Amino acid sequence: MDTNTQRLLHTFSALADLGQEISDTNDFEEMLRNSFHLLLGSLAIRRGAVTEYDREAGTLRLIASRGFGESTNDALELPADHARELASFGSTMTLDGATRRAQRFLEDHKALASIEIDLLLPLVVRERLIGIVLLGEKASAEKYTDEDLEVLSALARHIGVGIHSHRLLEEVEHKAIENQRLYDGLRKIYKETVQAFAAAIDIKDRYTQGHSVRVGKYSEIIAREMGWSDEEVEGITIAGYLHDIGKLIVDLSVINSPERFSAKDSKEMSRHPSAGYEILARINHPYAEIPLMARYHHERIDGNGYPDGLKGDQIPPGAKIVTLADSFDAMTTDRPYRKKLPLEDVLEDFRANTGTQFDPAVVCAFCRAFLNEIEGRKEKRLLNLLKKNYDEVESVTPLLNQLISDFDGASLTATAH
Amino acid sequence: MAEPSREIAVQARSVGNVAIIYASDYLNKLSGERIERECRRQLESGCRTLIINFRDTELVNSIGVSILVGVIDAAEQSTARLIFSDVNNHTANLFEMLGLTRHVSLAADEAEALSLVSEA
Repeated sequence: MDTNTQRLLHTFSALADLGQEISDTNDFEEMLRNSFHLLLGSLAIRRGAVTEYDREAGTLRLIASRGFGESTNDALELPADHARELASFGSTMTLDGATRRAQRFLEDHKALASIEIDLLLPLVVRERLIGIVLLGEKASAEKYTDEDLEVLSALARHIGVGIHSHRLLEEVEHKAIENQRLYDGLRKIYKETVQAFAAAIDIKDRYTQGHSVRVGKYSEIIAREMGWSDEEVEGITIAGYLHDIGKLIVDLSVINSPERFSAKDSKEMSRHPSAGYEILARINHPYAEIPLMARYHHERIDGNGYPDGLKGDQIPPGAKIVTLADSFDAMTTDRPYRKKLPLEDVLEDFRANTGTQFDPAVVCAFCRAFLNEIEGRKEKRLLNLLKKNYDEVESVTPLLNQLISDFDGASLTATAH
Repeated sequence: MAEPSREIAVQARSVGNVAIIYASDYLNKLSGERIERECRRQLESGCRTLIINFRDTELVNSIGVSILVGVIDAAEQSTARLIFSDVNNHTANLFEMLGLTRHVSLAADEAEALSLVSEA
């Protein structure tokens, strides 16, 4: 094989290897070091450096070097007009042109001049300077030929594109993180606003303070037990917080009546699910089902609920969960017309009304979550909410087991969709 | 696919004050860096004659060349002598074409390399 063919094969192989290196973006620094080695090895160049241009700082930062000692370690200043001039050189140049213009550039940059470079290759992508490759002499001590420059320019173009692509990717990732942060911030504000709303709803009813927030938390616990996704769980928590928002339009004297509702008061109170729906439907929630969960949280499986008398699967799964959470909190807190019920009585109520008022799958999930907390398998969230009103909750363990046994598998109508 | 990071010891032995380092079948980044580390270790421990034996080396890629140029620099800075032995024709032509032979001696085999050392 003649020398020219061998040289061609060697440089072609360097170019092929470089393409592979650049497409592997797992480790950018490693990719750069390898690309730099390939560039030096293609012509056995003894000294060299790759610098990256920081447009904002107006500096060249060394990212790989060999044989230049400490002299290139500091960032080199490169004003924007010089960067533009360098970018205008392009990556393809003749040896004479490159050195002449490079010499002029070096006169302005003594730090670079002191390291005796033979060649300067601007890395340019889309007419913008990405960095500069500085090269010293070849091991052969021969001058760089036009052919050498063609090879080096091709390799440098690849390196420039590699750096540029990596930085673009970083920028996109940075923006994605920033957007996620903004989105998280907005969600936090949304949740805080919703919680403030829940507090406002509960303040109106002096007997049910904290009710909405507790219903939100019970709903969350049940939904999680039923295997709902994080996003769905967040949605139902919000629905729990807002399920009684319709009470804002109910007459205060009715809400705070110390006696059981009269027929007239009941009619007034029964407006609140529809009113809640009307309020919530005007808001573009991140979770579309929230208005429906508020509207249907007084529906019953047997169709005897209100406002629409929906039956079984006609009731959205989330509404069935909020229904149980709402009833549980109502029975475990003092009301103006009665004291809180013993937990055994609450669970007996569940047993009596499962399949008519409550969905069996929801009751089972609630009992499983309760049991898991009593037996230490889950964090005590439900128990912490209850402990203010109940000293001893462990005694209901047999009842919980019985309910699970009675209703497990009876219906799956409230599974997440 | 990424090469495994498992470090494989480079083969080396000493003959008097001479360190003989054996290159692997394909001198690329991974094997090249191992050789470079071993050469630098020998130089730092005071060795002033290095022989790199290429008997198993079929191919040297551009990264391999770059690493060898780095070894040449390190040897020159330590005023050490560097000899390449058992280099196949293809690789010898490559070294010649790229000018590496201006800085290292080529020997047909280890015996010749050692005799070059004793002549000096």
